[in-house]
Amino acid sequence: MKSTVPWLIAAVTGCVMIVAFFVPVAESWRDEAGIWFEILAAIAFVLGGANLFAQHMQKISARRAGWGYSAITLVTFVVSLTVGVLKVGAFSEKEDYPWAAHYIAEGGALWWLFEYVFNPLQATVFALLAFYVASAAFRAFRAKTTEATVLLTTAFIVLLGRTYAGTWLTSAVPDDYPALTFPGMTAIIMGVFNTAGQRAIMIGIALGVAATSLKVLLGVDRSYLGSDGD
Amino acid sequence: MTPPAPPFLRGGENVRLRLAAKGIALLLAFLFAASPTRAWAQDDQPGATGKAIAPPSQLTAKDHPNDTGQAVDLDWHVSADDPPPPATGKVLGYDIYRSFADGSKRDKLTHLAAGSTQYTDRTCKPGTLYLYDVVAVGADDARSEPARLTEPAGGVLQWFNSSRAWFLVILTLVSGGVILFTELAKSGRGVYVREIAGLKAIEEAVGRATEMGRPCLFVPGLQDINETPTVAGIAILSNVAKFTADYDATLEVPTSRSLVMTAARETVHSAYLTTGRPEAYNEDRIYYVTDEQFAYVAYLTGYMVREKPAACFYAGIFFAESLILAETGNLIGAIQIAGTSETSQLPFFVAACDYTLIGEELFAASAYLSGEPHQLGSLKGQDAGKVLAGLLLFAGCLVATLAAIFPDWDIAQETLTYLRVTILGKGASG
Repeated sequence: MKSTVPWLIAAVTGCVMIVAFFVPVAESWRDEAGIWFEILAAIAFVLGGANLFAQHMQKISARRAGWGYSAITLVTFVVSLTVGVLKVGAFSEKEDYPWAAHYIAEGGALWWLFEYVFNPLQATVFALLAFYVASAAFRAFRAKTTEATVLLTTAFIVLLGRTYAGTWLTSAVPDDYPALTFPGMTAIIMGVFNTAGQRAIMIGIALGVAATSLKVLLGVDRSYLGSDGD
Repeated sequence: MTPPAPPFLRGGENVRLRLAAKGIALLLAFLFAASPTRAWAQDDQPGATGKAIAPPSQLTAKDHPNDTGQAVDLDWHVSADDPPPPATGKVLGYDIYRSFADGSKRDKLTHLAAGSTQYTDRTCKPGTLYLYDVVAVGADDARSEPARLTEPAGGVLQWFNSSRAWFLVILTLVSGGVILFTELAKSGRGVYVREIAGLKAIEEAVGRATEMGRPCLFVPGLQDINETPTVAGIAILSNVAKFTADYDATLEVPTSRSLVMTAARETVHSAYLTTGRPEAYNEDRIYYVTDEQFAYVAYLTGYMVREKPAACFYAGIFFAESLILAETGNLIGAIQIAGTSETSQLPFFVAACDYTLIGEELFAASAYLSGEPHQLGSLKGQDAGKVLAGLLLFAGCLVATLAAIFPDWDIAQETLTYLRVTILGKGASG
């Protein structure tokens, strides 16, 4: 029963989505299903918030390793939640309705936190990617085997083809032979070999999605729903 | 010398008559100018300001296909005074009008730029007939004669979206293949499934974590449970959890969505029950972190550096964080197994992880690991779909090649157009 009811909900919703795709009159059903999912996700968000709070409180009270991070997390969580819910500093232009301001209206406390604390932190983590790309490329492009050598050569051509250096190095090649220039070779590699490989993978993914969805609809695979026990 | 006034204008009575006549004339002129009929007539008056504009022609209207009957497609030929660019003519744009079939309630729908030849009216009531007319508009509000419809037109409700008929056929064939092979497998027919190194390595990774006394980390991606790859990732989690329960290893599952946390808890609990070790299940190890992408990444990388998990599994939907996670895992020396449906992230996982589930392998994992015949049968169904896709690809390449070599061969051109437009749903040029 515990997994049958969720499966039934998933199956009915899935069937509605399929019907909505093929029947114009039912197209709005898809939006309705989406709204219901949003409602569920909103309720689950409260669950997630409560879990976050309980988890970090346990860590702090048990003085587990890294409990200081938990304290910072909880403080920022409570501060963000409070200024967001109370709309601190977010003023509405309608004098009679001071609460009508958007919770993240420009100039408000939550906006300030996002603009000057959260966004820079987020950008910092994202910027780390540049270093990770360099270290991963260094490891991946070591010409130890034939395949790795082919990969290295291809990457070298594509990198050169996308910079001015590539254009300059092959500028002596006559215009009648664009495929012999670095930009031309890059276009062929990306447009033919890369696209063909990507499409092959994408066809496999599409078939996998179809088969998995069918297994969910038919209830063949219920591993994501847990057991029927309890 | 001033000539004498005619007798009928002399005297006070004649003056009053003259004033009355002027008043009536003014009143009539005002009423005539203010009447809607007059306004409409003036609207359409060709060359109202003395600059005659040639009208658009051959206005046709037909039901917009595959909708609920709320749209009508209009087509017309541009005015002779609207030459193609870069030349410029008198026409600055076109006004589209709509009235009921009896000609009443004529409203302007929109104004389109010069050169326009099509418009879709999406404000129709199903079953109602309308008359449309298109007027070319020039400088100083100069207007052409309207191009009118001879017969009224209206939207018709369609019960099936015929543009998706081929998609339905392909979907039915693929789904039919999956169901057929599932039933065959259930009836005891053996199913051969090739070895997937990444999935075979799961047990090895969990075993290594157990030996080293370190936890296993499972990351189910960034998206919610309504995404199929996330469901596939949770199915892999189920199998990872069975191994961790068997080996008595610690399994940590931080999630970026609350619903995924709930599903993961149920799944892992079920796996521990199945292996007969419910007491080893710890709900607190499966928890929600944050919805925010890089905040989630910051938590995960921090956890990895501090706790140094010996095995890291990534299964679901990943974006820019894929390389940050995989490189951090590599840095701490963990065995890493990854699978994602995001083709743009696959190279990063391939570069930094020990094993990567590519393409359909992510979705095959659940069936492969469970070993259940009815699930393995679905993999054979996917293979049948691949054969179908291969045949379509071959046919498409053959037709496209023939059409390129023989541009005058109508059958090849028409077949290619049918493949592109009707079967693949692409534009005629694409």
